[in-house]
Amino acid sequence: MAEKIRPKLKTPPLLVLPALGWFLWFLLVPLLIVVTYSFCTKGTYGGVVFKFSVENYYRSVNWVYLQVLANSLKLATLTAFCCLCIGYPMAYIMATASVRVRSLLLILVILPFWTNFVIRAYAIKVLFGDYGPLNHLLMRWGLTHDPIPFGNSDASIWFGMVTNYLPFMVLPLYVALEKFDFSLLEAAKDLGASSWRVLWTVLLPLTRPGIVTGFIFVFTPALGEFVIPDLLGGARTLLIGSLITEQFLKTRDWPFGAALSILVILIVMVCLGIYLRIEAKEERNAE
Amino acid sequence: MKTDFQIPRKRRRIPLMPLGLARTMTTIGFLLLYIPLVSLVVYSFLSPLGAPGGEQEWTLQWFRKLSANREVLHALKVSLMVGIWSTLGATGLGTAAALALTRTRFPGRKILNALTYVPLIMPEIVLGLALLIWFVLLQMTLGVISIILAHITFCISYVIITVKARLHGFDEFLEEAARDLGATPWQTFWRVTFPLIWPGVLSGALMAFTLSFDDFLITFFTAGVGSDTLPLKIYSMIKFGVTPEINALSSIMLGVTLLAVLFLFHPEKKSNEI
Repeated sequence: MAEKIRPKLKTPPLLVLPALGWFLWFLLVPLLIVVTYSFCTKGTYGGVVFKFSVENYYRSVNWVYLQVLANSLKLATLTAFCCLCIGYPMAYIMATASVRVRSLLLILVILPFWTNFVIRAYAIKVLFGDYGPLNHLLMRWGLTHDPIPFGNSDASIWFGMVTNYLPFMVLPLYVALEKFDFSLLEAAKDLGASSWRVLWTVLLPLTRPGIVTGFIFVFTPALGEFVIPDLLGGARTLLIGSLITEQFLKTRDWPFGAALSILVILIVMVCLGIYLRIEAKEERNAE
Repeated sequence: MKTDFQIPRKRRRIPLMPLGLARTMTTIGFLLLYIPLVSLVVYSFLSPLGAPGGEQEWTLQWFRKLSANREVLHALKVSLMVGIWSTLGATGLGTAAALALTRTRFPGRKILNALTYVPLIMPEIVLGLALLIWFVLLQMTLGVISIILAHITFCISYVIITVKARLHGFDEFLEEAARDLGATPWQTFWRVTFPLIWPGVLSGALMAFTLSFDDFLITFFTAGVGSDTLPLKIYSMIKFGVTPEINALSSIMLGVTLLAVLFLFHPEKKSNEI
């Protein structure tokens, strides 16, 4: 076998030490400290008292905070779902387009993806502003006399989330559809399946890994999102990202903030667990 | 065109009935992506709107005003400095780790592999606040240094993954041949190994720079007084009040991104052919 005549490996394993050390010192240790803090109590003047208690977790299952969590989960799920509904057809059209059109569309998706996140959120704020382009056109066409306050609403947060996260969905879906064997669709059609049936029973099930990856790419950052609700919602609806930030920068209740972020990590881990199980099942089916 | 040889020419759009629907959705998707950006650029060239419905004129006044804004220039300088140092740090550490990860077995390999994916899947906000707590505990002054340390932490992962992908399928017999011909390990690395993995290292470094330059959330937590990066500066300008100067700044940044995307998508196709 090739293994036997393989040349001796000469790369010193010590090369890994700097990165490993860095990760331990700036990633693992800080995360363990967050876990520790979540079991501590807040001092009288905002410091942290190292006294074990589950008070923070107990507090976070309060009705008010559960609602904040539910709001965030709802927004993240809705965002991911809307991105999927718009992103899947986009990825399909891209994957089946001619080479030239495909590169053009790919660049058109990557350009916003690379544009600064804050700027994209701001662009939507301008669009919906009282004197923004939308109101300007509506007033010019005489559809309304006074500017309509589109901004600072749940709808503008939702719109901002969907537009900002759309590329995160399209790119993994495109990768999945690019590899897809489109002759399978032809075969299904030849055998007399209707187009919708081909979509539901052939295309969607076979590209499920791409769908799940896209969903996670959107859902995970959307769950902890802080900038978009802050800029577009006028902080009217409290979301978990804003709540955590508040604990750290305003209320200075670090232990409670730590507990909340542990909850977020747990939710993300549950989602990833589901994802990995689907992946494993997919692989077993393929064998 | 060059690309025609790489991707099979045969196009395979199957006349699915929902194709019309798919086209409509695609149009909607691109409109969603571009209407806000395009209107932002247009607004950066328009004079302020006086009375509702009043006429607006084309102007460059916001760009002139922006060029006189010292704080923005300072933020740009901070962003560039953070970007360059984080890129250098992350590329060095990440390339070394990728080499060792793909070619040697050592205890702790699994741990490093797992840790690599942590910054990718963890919500940014958690990494940001974890580092904030840690820096405060270490009694570090928050500023440019703490931002760079934080950025290196998440950039390493991307470099490791990119370089690892490049090392996959690397022919180690080339190194063996160099050694047989009498090259020292050092010469072998710089004359044989490094030129071969260079495209991977370069794209890892570019990715690290982009991520660092664009990052908001982690920087938000780890920045101190007077160390605002460009995204932080833009954010505080927006919070302070919407001024057309931000439109001008955004237009410039959009232009730079456009140039970068157009530039990067040409050489990449060539480098893939090696």
